[in-house]
Amino acid sequence: MNSDVFAPWEDPQAKPLIQFQNVTKRFGSFTAIDNLSLDIFEREFFALLGPSGCGKTTMMRMLAGFETPTEGHILLGGQDIDPIPPNKRAVNMMFQSYALFPHLSIWDNIAFGLRRDNMPKHDLQERVEEMLRLTRLEQFARRKPHQISGGQRQRVALARSLAKAPKLLLLDEPLGALDKKLRQDTQFELMDIQEKTGTTFVIVTHDQEEAMTVASRVAVMDQGQLKQVATPDRIYENPNSVYVADFIGDVNIIEGRATSGGDKTYQVDWAEGQTPLTATSATALSNGQSCHLAIRPEKVTISAERPEDAVNAIQGKVHDIAYLGNLSTYYVELANGTVIKAQSANTRRISRRSFTWEDPVWLSWTATAAVLLAN
Amino acid sequence: MNRLSWFNTVSLTLGFAFLYIPMIILIIFSFNESKLVTVWAGFSTKWYGELVQNEAFLDAAWVTVRVAVFSSTLATVLGTAAAYVLVRGGRFFGRTLFSGMIYAPLVMPEVITGLSLLLLFIGIGLDRGILTIVLAHTTFSMCFVSVVVSSRLVTFDQSLEEAALDLGCSSAQAFRLVTLPIIAPAVISGWLLAFTLSLDDLVIASFTSGPSATTLPIKIFSAVRLGVSPEINALSTIMIAVVTVGVVTASLVTKRAMMRQRQDEMAAERAE
Repeated sequence: MNSDVFAPWEDPQAKPLIQFQNVTKRFGSFTAIDNLSLDIFEREFFALLGPSGCGKTTMMRMLAGFETPTEGHILLGGQDIDPIPPNKRAVNMMFQSYALFPHLSIWDNIAFGLRRDNMPKHDLQERVEEMLRLTRLEQFARRKPHQISGGQRQRVALARSLAKAPKLLLLDEPLGALDKKLRQDTQFELMDIQEKTGTTFVIVTHDQEEAMTVASRVAVMDQGQLKQVATPDRIYENPNSVYVADFIGDVNIIEGRATSGGDKTYQVDWAEGQTPLTATSATALSNGQSCHLAIRPEKVTISAERPEDAVNAIQGKVHDIAYLGNLSTYYVELANGTVIKAQSANTRRISRRSFTWEDPVWLSWTATAAVLLAN
Repeated sequence: MNRLSWFNTVSLTLGFAFLYIPMIILIIFSFNESKLVTVWAGFSTKWYGELVQNEAFLDAAWVTVRVAVFSSTLATVLGTAAAYVLVRGGRFFGRTLFSGMIYAPLVMPEVITGLSLLLLFIGIGLDRGILTIVLAHTTFSMCFVSVVVSSRLVTFDQSLEEAALDLGCSSAQAFRLVTLPIIAPAVISGWLLAFTLSLDDLVIASFTSGPSATTLPIKIFSAVRLGVSPEINALSTIMIAVVTVGVVTASLVTKRAMMRQRQDEMAAERAE
């Protein structure tokens, strides 16, 4: 392992900042979090990703202290924080609605938490100025929250929650209210601020692109359980289930039966009278086991002739084309009716596009491009 | 501006005539020279002069103001507390019952409220006077305050309180530093409502007042039974004026605050 790469989760010696130990949370008969264990390390930018109702917000609220686990414990720096009320935790939260105090100026909003700690006046002033500089809000200090724009409000919320220098900052859908362009800029700003302050960030989001952009590790959640916890590239390239593959990005799923070809390679029979597809799998599959072959559209090459050295090649015809400007997605219908998406970059002008509707084409990909998933 | 059709003009005129003609007549006759209330004998302000020298009326007015200030303040404290618990307390045992019961005094006939309070005060041996009127007025006006405040609290973003807790406030601090300043307009209008209710209450006050304390409405009512004097007209005109000034000021202040906020928001949008 390269030592200057930030990956404390690979290091068995590293002590996690946050530990969820078999945490279960029930609301009446509804189980929001189901026997979940998770370690988050210092200086991490950790993303909880999942559809609404998957329990990600409940996890965050338990960290903040607004909910307590029904079973299990949450440790912060080795200490059980369940009995500690929210106002005594070294954890701050940036709310989805920002929750700026409308009757206070931007300056007083940022100073609010520091005043509760009875910080000396001089230090307080310095700290607030520092936060204003960090979030580039100096000129708005005297304004009220309703006198500034949405993007500025978002930065005030961030400054306010960072002012007390918490061990852990929680961000609940922090960019949900911003439009796409502003959101992208703000994502990089967030990463920049996280690096500058060295604070551990836990972000809750349902936007997979956002999670992939900002996070050091992503946890994909569904129905109160963690489906996979890994770095963004591993989540994307090596999803461990159909759910994760499908939730993150675009994917083609082909169902079939695996036959071992030795050395982690498998032959997948996917349709009558078709040559089996070759793919690798990290987990062992028994012969004849039903499986799902997952392949990303951008890893599928589309061509007019069958590529001579292709390991996997299927014939079909162009059913539909989605032109996205920089990319085009071709929906290719196979003989058995399955539609496979193939994506290619539009490096040439559209008038010189090689394929059009109803054209017979060949789809091909390498032996390592696809992932085999048992479930 | 749209012109109203003749039908709408007539309905509007009739409606407002119904509401305001009695008051206008009262105001006009308060400036009557004659001692006879219904006969116009020229313009004069002499009844206002006499009113200022009528100690009985002045005493009653002073009692009324003190009762209104104390009872509306007490009602605001209790009503706000009740509203806060009912809206924010979550689902505790008996919550539905409590929230239903808080509205009961709104529909209870005043005679019954007054009578039951009278029985209570006699029962516990409390001498009737200013204190008993204050207690009685607090009882029936706190539910109005609680209705006004709870309708504000329902739309109040709870994450504001959570943010305060998160930044190190105790629950009490969060209420004092965040919730209260934000719901202050509703609390103030609750107070004003309780104040006006107390100011013009006759029924409950007549059950609970004693010889030592008479409120203005009781004084007016008993004076009228001996015949309407122009002095009463003058007194009533002053009360109308006070209420009008209060209502107009309150609405102007609210409107200006709203307009300023809208301008600020528009400025913020342009800045984006």
